Amino acid sequence: MNNGSAPPALVITAPGINCDLELCRGFELAGARVETFHVQRLLREPSIVDRFRLIGLPGGFSYGDDIAAGRVLAQLIRQSLYPALAAAIERGVPMMTPCNGFQIAVQAGLLPGPSAGAAWPDEPAAPSVGLTQNSAARFNDAWVRVEIPSNTRCVWTRGLTFAPGTDLLPCAHGEGRFVADDDTIAALEANGQIAIRYAASENFNGSMKSIAGICDASGLVFGLMPHPERYTRWTQHPTWTRLDPSQRQGDTPGLRMFRSAVAHAAGVTV
Amino acid sequence: MPATIPAPSTDSVVKVHRIEIRPRRGQADPRGAAVLRQIESLGLERRPKRVDHAAVYLLEGNLSADEIGRIAEELLADCVTQAAEIHATEAAAKSRIAPGVAVIEVHPLAGVTDPAAESVQLAIEAMLGKRVEVRTGDRYDLHGADAKIARAIAERLLANTVIQAIHDAPYLPTSFPHGHPYTLAIREVPIRGLKDAELEKMSRDAHLFLSLDEMKGIQAEYGRLGREPREIELETLAQTWSEHCVHKTLKSTIRYHELSTGPSSVAWSLAKTAASRPHHEVQADGTILIRNLLKATVAAATHELIADGIDWCLSIFVDNAGVIAFDDEWAVAFKCETHNHPSAIEPYGGAATGIGGCIRDIMGTGLAAKPIAATDVFCVAYPDVEELPAGCLHPRRVLTQVVAGVRDYGNRMGIPTVNGGVWFDNNYIGNPLVYCGCVGLLPRTAIKGDVQPGDRIIALGGRTGRDGIHGATFSSAELTDTHADEFSHAVQIGNAITEKKALDCILAARDQHDGPLFRGLTDCGAGGFSSAVGEMGKSIGAEVHLERAPLKYDGLSPVEVWISEAQERMVLAVPPSKLDRLKRLCEEHAVEWCDLGVFGTPTKELVLRWHGTEIGRMDTHFLHEGIPTPTREAVWDPTWNASQKHQARKPALAVGGRFGLSERSGDLAKALEALLEHPNIASKAWIIRQYDHEVQGMSVIKPLVGPASGPGDAAVLQPVPTSSRGLSIANGLATGLSSDPYLMVLAAIDECVRNLVCVGTDPSRIAILDNFCWPSCKDPRNLGSLVRAAEGCYDGAKAYRTPFISGKDSLNNQFVTEGGTTIQIPPTLLISGFGIVPDVSQCVTMDAKRAGSVLVIVGATPGRMGGSHVELITGASGGTLPVTDLAIGPKTAHAIHAAIRAGIVRSAHDCSEGGLLLAAAEMAFSGGIGLEIEPATAPGADVGLLAKCFAEDPSRYLLEIAPSDLPSLTKILGTLPHAVIGRFVERPVLVLKGAANDTVEIPLERLRERWAGANW
Repeated sequence: MNNGSAPPALVITAPGINCDLELCRGFELAGARVETFHVQRLLREPSIVDRFRLIGLPGGFSYGDDIAAGRVLAQLIRQSLYPALAAAIERGVPMMTPCNGFQIAVQAGLLPGPSAGAAWPDEPAAPSVGLTQNSAARFNDAWVRVEIPSNTRCVWTRGLTFAPGTDLLPCAHGEGRFVADDDTIAALEANGQIAIRYAASENFNGSMKSIAGICDASGLVFGLMPHPERYTRWTQHPTWTRLDPSQRQGDTPGLRMFRSAVAHAAGVTV
Repeated sequence: MPATIPAPSTDSVVKVHRIEIRPRRGQADPRGAAVLRQIESLGLERRPKRVDHAAVYLLEGNLSADEIGRIAEELLADCVTQAAEIHATEAAAKSRIAPGVAVIEVHPLAGVTDPAAESVQLAIEAMLGKRVEVRTGDRYDLHGADAKIARAIAERLLANTVIQAIHDAPYLPTSFPHGHPYTLAIREVPIRGLKDAELEKMSRDAHLFLSLDEMKGIQAEYGRLGREPREIELETLAQTWSEHCVHKTLKSTIRYHELSTGPSSVAWSLAKTAASRPHHEVQADGTILIRNLLKATVAAATHELIADGIDWCLSIFVDNAGVIAFDDEWAVAFKCETHNHPSAIEPYGGAATGIGGCIRDIMGTGLAAKPIAATDVFCVAYPDVEELPAGCLHPRRVLTQVVAGVRDYGNRMGIPTVNGGVWFDNNYIGNPLVYCGCVGLLPRTAIKGDVQPGDRIIALGGRTGRDGIHGATFSSAELTDTHADEFSHAVQIGNAITEKKALDCILAARDQHDGPLFRGLTDCGAGGFSSAVGEMGKSIGAEVHLERAPLKYDGLSPVEVWISEAQERMVLAVPPSKLDRLKRLCEEHAVEWCDLGVFGTPTKELVLRWHGTEIGRMDTHFLHEGIPTPTREAVWDPTWNASQKHQARKPALAVGGRFGLSERSGDLAKALEALLEHPNIASKAWIIRQYDHEVQGMSVIKPLVGPASGPGDAAVLQPVPTSSRGLSIANGLATGLSSDPYLMVLAAIDECVRNLVCVGTDPSRIAILDNFCWPSCKDPRNLGSLVRAAEGCYDGAKAYRTPFISGKDSLNNQFVTEGGTTIQIPPTLLISGFGIVPDVSQCVTMDAKRAGSVLVIVGATPGRMGGSHVELITGASGGTLPVTDLAIGPKTAHAIHAAIRAGIVRSAHDCSEGGLLLAAAEMAFSGGIGLEIEPATAPGADVGLLAKCFAEDPSRYLLEIAPSDLPSLTKILGTLPHAVIGRFVERPVLVLKGAANDTVEIPLERLRERWAGANW
């Protein structure tokens, strides 16, 4: 990996964020150069965001997720970090927000974002989609089969194809049930903003329309409940010991998502 | 629906406001539905039709209506799915109760940690720049329940009155209780003049739980000093000398002898080999004197192994955890703790603080290790237990709450719980066991700290409160039906995020370009500051200014500050030159810290001050070495031990005679299905999937394996992403054999090794931990069985060359009922093990891979059925206990590893609970590959078919290999007994052959369903 040409990626940590290392690893394996910043620092110096070409908001239990998942960190971002993040997206910076990151993004006004062509508002928009308690009201760790909608604009998943047997992603959450009103969902579907879905009979958390992840209208901001960053080597696959070696060739589906975004970012000018 | 905002109040006085958050109309209420499901399990004659849940927030502060509205709408409610309701008065809150609804509200008692409240306070401060005091609670609207039923449901399901208050109406106090500033009063405790009886009384009444010898030791010391002890000094001694902290029983001198009378199954007698064992002396009268049992057995084995060439043990028994080499650059640490007594009284908080404390042990190992995995093993009564003694929580509640506690703490910390188990026995009814283990990764350069005089005593993390006071002494006492009331203050709720912040901060301080910012650290566990500071300042002394500790609330006395076991606190020894940099890191990570004083005093004494005034002064040598070690009597009484029957549930197969099973395939199948359903064996997926067992992305072999999520033998991690080297984690537990703890321990060590070897671990790179949980060892007969267990540790560790690197003991696990009957737990020894997997790409799982493979059993089946699960399900008993062959066991482990390294093993499975047939069935249904099996063909000409199917003889493995690889396998196994006992087939069935060549077919799906077990 030639660090000279490697696009710089910002990974944001906060109290209770605990999937930062695997997210860093995903960016690095895909050829990015990663720097991690604590949100306290970014809240004081939002301009730090400006020098990055990729952004990751990792999973975890930010501030304990005690009120609701992601609520407190989303509030903090809305208050002072939102403008810098919105500006980054307008600059063309891909952003991945898995799990807690997704929960934070939808409450911080980062997803689903403004409609196609519209500029990002100066003030964060009120949440229009929710990620709430799994229908079984219980945390669940499981690998589930997923599908990429053919019309998605998501920079991270567009054109991603899975081979049978490896079309899985790991999930681990208690509040991942995607909820929105019908119009919102219809608009997301029409605009190709559904980035990833749970396959038939795999929708364990009861999400509307089996939605596992969405993107903004530009396709840059990717929020999802599953953890692609936990699927960047084949020996993470839950039944890899029975996969034929030929099925374990090349990049894992999780890593391919990072590759797409890093390739896109390589073209972004700061 | 906008919040109903009350008219702006003119008064600007501080008052309490109430906000309710519930799902919007039309939105699902999963939490309420879940409670309704749990109510079903209570089997009440009348139960509610529906339950609605709402989160309740009480805010005390000077807030305008507008501010309250913002807090409700922007912070507390999710505008997409939730609605907020604001109540200015209790009347307003009560006004909205629908007819036919009984309301239950549950709120934490004053002083109980409330993590949600802490984050709301933080968020409000960021939002409004105002400091507001917050309390949280839960409201349940029970539709179609009367107040009486509602109360019953609340007590049995929704609240634990040890830490929570139940209200039968919406709760809105006019103000929160607040502490009052403490005014110093130094209490001297006259002890020098006391008689023995008075000393004993004082020990119990003051919750010191010190023995008469120890009280007299203290009396003598203060006689020598010519003064009375001050209260804080006495408390410090009680903490430091508690069983929990010094393992005084295991370290004491023991006089042991064996009774050979009675129906003894004892093949093994210590008397025969005592003379050749370290620190053992055979006395003239035939009794055996053991000086420091721990040193003479568990530790001795490790030291002998090191002397005999094992060079990868880097730190043993001295630190918070044992440390071994992972590779040239990295080391791994492992610690396992129990948190039994707190979990008996408050399972959720007890288990959460159990795992939290064990994680801190890892954080406090060397110059800080990064926790990368956790383990948990629980021992509880059967969920269908018929009698529940007063003062005991129902085992179903204990287990589900313990799991929830580990889940909420481990998941929030981002530490994957990757391995564990549950063992059921009704003698755990009043004293369940909760084992929590944690594995850490640290650079080999950070293995040892070195505290210097002049280093500042820096405490960071959580604040100090009254919580957890006397936890150390309490854990050393015996549980009774009144403990819940008496010791509620020893029970705590943890706040994982406080600990996660401290962890992030400490690791950042460790990984500075010019080396760590601290010279030593340890966690505040049992005994709080008193043991943390006392331990670190052991040889140089320390001066502590107790008023400097940040408090959760006013009014703590210096004694309380000193011994509080409030969670999430670490103590660091920081050179003054590095203090500023540490301070900056703490600020960046929003971690609270304080400078408690300095390590090192001219006289090497421990000096305690409060606003300058000296309130305590102690000689560290007396504190740490002064504890009297009287000789304790121990007797091995086989008859009595055999009479300590396991309390099993009603046998699933009500059949007469010994097993009452014929050797026909139909009977074998019937027993197999009953075994699959036994709680010890049935799937633990309902627990495992509640844990984020993959966070940190290191997992290689997960706890559930194969397409049908079968029971993996061990977990494997890849801790260093750039290295293909793996770390495997497993445990061994053989409580079924507790009628002879010597044999029990050997079987547990063998099982732990088997589990590790099955996934690809190198058996010559395995280290293990001991965790003794025993009934009261004041009873010489229990101490006798403990001695045998310890001797088993010595023999087992040496034979397998698996050094013990750390351990812990809990030696008072019994429950005294109202009626005065004592329920002793079965002697329980958990062996936790971890080892090196040379190359993760060679890992093997237990799920069958391919039709056409053959199934090979490796190892002999003498057919000893004692303590087996087939005894449990048939109600048979009295079988002889399996004996582990200390020559064959290790030899077999190495041979299996050689076969795996040769790449000829498609799947491997440890043959343990339930026996050969059960293990084979697990392989088949886990992989979804059919199996034709003929157990009779297993080695052993004179062994019956029942024994071959269901005996739990140790040192046996099942391997799936290609027929063409049989010759190479035979070559590797050499003289070790082995045989092909089955063939894997396409058809998804188990075809089982009986004694008379009769066969039965069972669909794999049916077997899997039996095993998949109830979802709690």
